[in-house]
Amino acid sequence: MDLENQKRVLGFTEEHGAENIVVLLGAADGEGAGLAAETCMAGDPTFAGPLTGVSLGLRCYHVCEEEVKSEFDEAVYEEQVSMMEMVLDVDEIAEEMQEIREEYCKF
Amino acid sequence: MKPVIKGSAYVLAHVPEMVIYNGTTQTTERVVNPESEYLKEIRKHLRKYEDVLAYAPNQCYIGGITPEELKEVEFPWYDKQIETNGRYNKFGEIMPEEEFLLLMQVVDEFDLVFLDKEFVAKVRPQFEKWELVTDLMKGRLKEGHELSEIEHLVNDEHAEGLYHEDKLVGCVRRAHDIDQNLNAHVMHENMVSKASSVLALAHVVKNSDLPVEDIEYVIDCSEEACGDMNQRGGGNFAKAAAEIVNLPSASGSDTRSFCAAPSHALVEAAALVKAGVFKAVAVTAGGSTAKLGMNGKDHVKRDLPILEDCLGGFAIVIAQDDGVNPIIDLDHVGRHAVGTGSAPQAVISALVTDPLDKAGLSVLDVDKFSPEMQNPDITKPAGAGDVPLANFKMIAALAVKRGELDRKDLNKFTEEHGLPGFAPTQGHIPSGAPYIGHASEALRNGEMKRVMIIGKGSLFLGRMTNLFDGISFMLVKNDGQGESETAGVSKAEIRKLIGESLRSFAEGILQKEE
Repeated sequence: MDLENQKRVLGFTEEHGAENIVVLLGAADGEGAGLAAETCMAGDPTFAGPLTGVSLGLRCYHVCEEEVKSEFDEAVYEEQVSMMEMVLDVDEIAEEMQEIREEYCKF
Repeated sequence: MKPVIKGSAYVLAHVPEMVIYNGTTQTTERVVNPESEYLKEIRKHLRKYEDVLAYAPNQCYIGGITPEELKEVEFPWYDKQIETNGRYNKFGEIMPEEEFLLLMQVVDEFDLVFLDKEFVAKVRPQFEKWELVTDLMKGRLKEGHELSEIEHLVNDEHAEGLYHEDKLVGCVRRAHDIDQNLNAHVMHENMVSKASSVLALAHVVKNSDLPVEDIEYVIDCSEEACGDMNQRGGGNFAKAAAEIVNLPSASGSDTRSFCAAPSHALVEAAALVKAGVFKAVAVTAGGSTAKLGMNGKDHVKRDLPILEDCLGGFAIVIAQDDGVNPIIDLDHVGRHAVGTGSAPQAVISALVTDPLDKAGLSVLDVDKFSPEMQNPDITKPAGAGDVPLANFKMIAALAVKRGELDRKDLNKFTEEHGLPGFAPTQGHIPSGAPYIGHASEALRNGEMKRVMIIGKGSLFLGRMTNLFDGISFMLVKNDGQGESETAGVSKAEIRKLIGESLRSFAEGILQKEE
């Protein structure tokens, strides 16, 4: 995850409290989504950014996961996300995200 | 006046030492984790020049093989070697590091690049055999300095070292004592950008069948900024490179928009030619030191070679219609506007289907799309996936949503209308432009009729706006009518109109006489 984004995630968490934060991802594959989620939950696995060694345990979801999709206005989802949903391997992404949440999510 | 692609050039410079000393992944690591395993391991993963020449995506970039031939090479590509002409191929070349360092000295106007005397003496004969070396360039190459002086500059005067085979062989000095915009790091970055732009420009002049005097303007679309503390991005890389390549008639300027800049510059160049402002315009881009070894940590972790070991450059000449070369269709340009939004769906609609709708065409009417052409050998091990493939899938998905494609044909579409990625991950270099050389050939020999070039860029990196950016245009087969068409009316039609007027005039006179 981009170092600047890590800084922003950390900043928002400090401002609002980890229990009040949900991180929404839009990565193109399971591995990419998983890495970003791991960074926001367990800390930066590349040991380069502000989240190195910081386990925030934040709730992280990919925008195509059912839990998130069901929260959307259908028309907005259709306009903004449906094309990408067709392209992505949603099952693989959901599985990866589920595993990472089970292991590291604190909420 | 229809603008055509008169020539294109693609170049790489293999600079393994710059990976270590100047790539930001490595320079950042040295700050945050100086004792890291990665820094200890990285040198073992550097490739030799011969391996870089035999690397299939590199050869595809410089025209040694076609994208279709690249597709035939089994993926992954890093562990395969292919046989081609090697250094020089039809679009350009892969320059070795030692010659590139001399080229940096040749392009230096302000005595900032110091090279070790012995190094210059050793490499000069080789440099003077470079296919495109000119007497002007030979004359600019200085004898060099004592190594002790260079060591002093690097150790005590903040100069940026230049290395070859793990030895200090030169440096780039700071151009000002206080001004951060002229410090040695920035001067090094800019000198590299200028030298690689010169390399590309020199090749495009050779590849374009027109007198150099016809190139009346040059647009640089790289990602660096040159200037001082009073005008940090003042410019002008374009004119600086044109001077070294000796384009006597050319003025120029720089265009910037992150990775989308090449497509912006090409549209601007085509418009200048179409409007008759200039006979021919060259678009050029040098490479970026910062991005060398950008994904190096992932490559080393997976025991791969450091694949981002080359600077990339390209140059395209756009000139007036010659009846042969592909035409840039300026009537149907796609653009990401302020109001477009940043969802992929909105972006692809704005760049791909909006211009097609305007032209009365469907997605299937475009033979090939050239979006972000990053080499997947580099990006996949780093978890960034196959970027061009993701783009083709998005275009296909949009076609499905529009009812132009059956969902079951989604993969077939990506196969038929897509391309394998072969461009180095040098920011602006992969975005749309790498395919123009191959596309021009396919459009000239009738294999294709229409190709879409899509430039996309992320502007948030500059922290001025969160907007996305992009611009697209189509290259179309030349109908061979040359300059016979102006403003939609052909010469034949004009002749007919004049003939009719003269006839009615004559009839009027006859009637009067009667």
